[in-house]
Amino acid sequence: MTNAKWVAGAFVAATAWGSVAAAQETLTMWYHGAGNEGEAKVLNQIITDFNGSQADWKVELQSFPQAAYNDSVVAGALAGNLPDILDVDGPVMPNWAWAGYMQPLTIDESKIANFLPGPKGMWDGKLYSIGLWDAAVSLVTRQSILDELKLRTPTLAEPWTLEEFNGAMEAAKASGKFEYALDLGTAWTGEWYPYAFSPLLQSFGGDLVDRSTYKTAEGALNGEAAMAFGNWWQSLFTNGYAQATQDGADRDSGFGAGKYAFSWNGNWAALGALKAFDDTVFLPAPNFGAGAKIGAASWQFGVSAKSAHPDGASKFIEFALQDKYLADFANTTGLIPATATAAAMTENYKEGGPLAVYYSMTEANALVRPVTPGYVVQAKVFEKALADIANGADVAATLDAATDEINADIEKNGGYGH
Amino acid sequence: MTTNDNHGLRLIVRYLVLILIALMFCFPLVFMIISSFKPDQQLLLDSGNIRAFLPVGDLSFDNYSEAFARAPIALFIFNSVFVTAITVTLSLLLCSTAGFAFTFMEWRGRKLALSIILATLIVPFQAIAIPLLLLASKLPWIGMDGLTWGWLNSYHVQIIPFIADGLTIYLFAQYFKDLPGELIEAARVEGASWWQIYRKVVMPLSGPVLATAAILKFLAMYNQYLWPLMVVQEEGYRPVMVGLQYFFQLNIAWGEVMAYLSLITVPVLAFYLYLQKAFIASIASTGVKG
Repeated sequence: MTNAKWVAGAFVAATAWGSVAAAQETLTMWYHGAGNEGEAKVLNQIITDFNGSQADWKVELQSFPQAAYNDSVVAGALAGNLPDILDVDGPVMPNWAWAGYMQPLTIDESKIANFLPGPKGMWDGKLYSIGLWDAAVSLVTRQSILDELKLRTPTLAEPWTLEEFNGAMEAAKASGKFEYALDLGTAWTGEWYPYAFSPLLQSFGGDLVDRSTYKTAEGALNGEAAMAFGNWWQSLFTNGYAQATQDGADRDSGFGAGKYAFSWNGNWAALGALKAFDDTVFLPAPNFGAGAKIGAASWQFGVSAKSAHPDGASKFIEFALQDKYLADFANTTGLIPATATAAAMTENYKEGGPLAVYYSMTEANALVRPVTPGYVVQAKVFEKALADIANGADVAATLDAATDEINADIEKNGGYGH
Repeated sequence: MTTNDNHGLRLIVRYLVLILIALMFCFPLVFMIISSFKPDQQLLLDSGNIRAFLPVGDLSFDNYSEAFARAPIALFIFNSVFVTAITVTLSLLLCSTAGFAFTFMEWRGRKLALSIILATLIVPFQAIAIPLLLLASKLPWIGMDGLTWGWLNSYHVQIIPFIADGLTIYLFAQYFKDLPGELIEAARVEGASWWQIYRKVVMPLSGPVLATAAILKFLAMYNQYLWPLMVVQEEGYRPVMVGLQYFFQLNIAWGEVMAYLSLITVPVLAFYLYLQKAFIASIASTGVKG
């Protein structure tokens, strides 16, 4: 081939490539995972695959650090500067949908029929967001501790009762081998409190808000069940089982260092616990009377209300829901894949895998946090109430005050559209 | 006991107290730098005892290399230094001229204008952040792309709102009030213009207030978090404090956090060292020392 032909060929190829590139409409996307190399790698792979799989759309990613993400989205919404695709923490989604930041997804719902319930972001009867994974909390301990304290190993079918749980705490304390019986993770402020501890309230029969109407917390947060929960919660600290205020270093490494007999922790910390002790076991949540409960719903993808290309945005989200990507995320982050078929493709969650128990826990016990725009306020009120009770505040007065605060917020916001 | 003994004892006690206070201020910095060379597990184990301040155990640069892999640190430092340097420079120029006008020039409404500017000191930034965001998102700008609307995702949105502020103007106005009035009068009699007086008489005598204003402005700008969080969505314009959040994942890598903090502290220390010299030189060169 002559030089002229090479040049002509290159020109034609470049022109063709250019016209394909020009034909692709750009979809902007915001994601909360800046600084997380693993997540970035998987997400970038999905975007590259999507951009190369069709000629209509081209996704451009902008990552934010997680701690700054929600504030950035709210500021972006105020300034009218939201992207086409954004990700949203599951329990926050109803607030963003209600506030007009998001629009319903238009994806083929048959594609999410086999998804765990937690990753499906429903609000007002419509699907607004969908997650590729879920997260779960378990009671982490060692088989040798259970044996030494002569404790029954609880199962999903037969979790510990309140008496058994309290007995385990007392036995751990009486053994004198641990600084504290239980690591609750009180060092982790913020969403950890409602995510990890409101299921314990729900297991007593209480809740952050009355889910039948979502218009009041009366009776749910200050009724008989909630009072029983509050008194029990306070007893964890007055009995010396757990710390009301905890050093962050103890939360990160205390269980591995043998300071605690039990740790109430998420599946993202499970691989570390397995590394610390080869007899680490993950016990299901106890049943305090109204069934064993754990939190559900993690980060999910959605489409911003301002997007001029909701069809393209939804196409990208639908593309990302393939099992191979769910498995990639789970392998990278340790989070629970949203489908059983994807779980089977992972090392940790396949049958017999070291974290497979978390998938079963999520299936059996997961309960999403209250699906209401008011949740963002309810979560903060609940966190403060729990911290106050842990530090000795009067249980009834604290729960009544929290109830009043939540009710006032619901009223101020016209019932949040319920 | 003789007077000399008493004097010696007092001196020893004084130095001991000063050393103790100096150590209290140094400990966090020492902890940060030493910890940046330790693996996470050792860092957490050492944090409860004196080893936290000692370069002992398994020391390496791993945290630094991992921190650089996690976030574009050089970019964040450049952004912060660039935004801070431009803002401090423009602020010193604008606020000193404003302070000059308020102090030396007679004009109608001067006192009222100064009172309004001082009143802005009691309004926290958080209170005006949202209106400012709405404004910034709509303002026009002429740049490389011609006329565009909205200042978001840019350097100028991080600079312009902070060039003038009540505190810096007040600092200059207060300082200028204490300068010998005879100097200004003499210059006026000699036929100097206001600009000449500002540039050739007042500013050469203003080293201390320039240094003070520069330090305060530098710290405020270098530590900016809320505003860039609201107006910058593109990574390319993010400053160091927003960048710090890259290191707070579910399982926090504390060694990397310490490495990042050590790195972003370097410009602050360099600025202080530079300004310390300028500060002393400015006092020595002015005619105001006693």
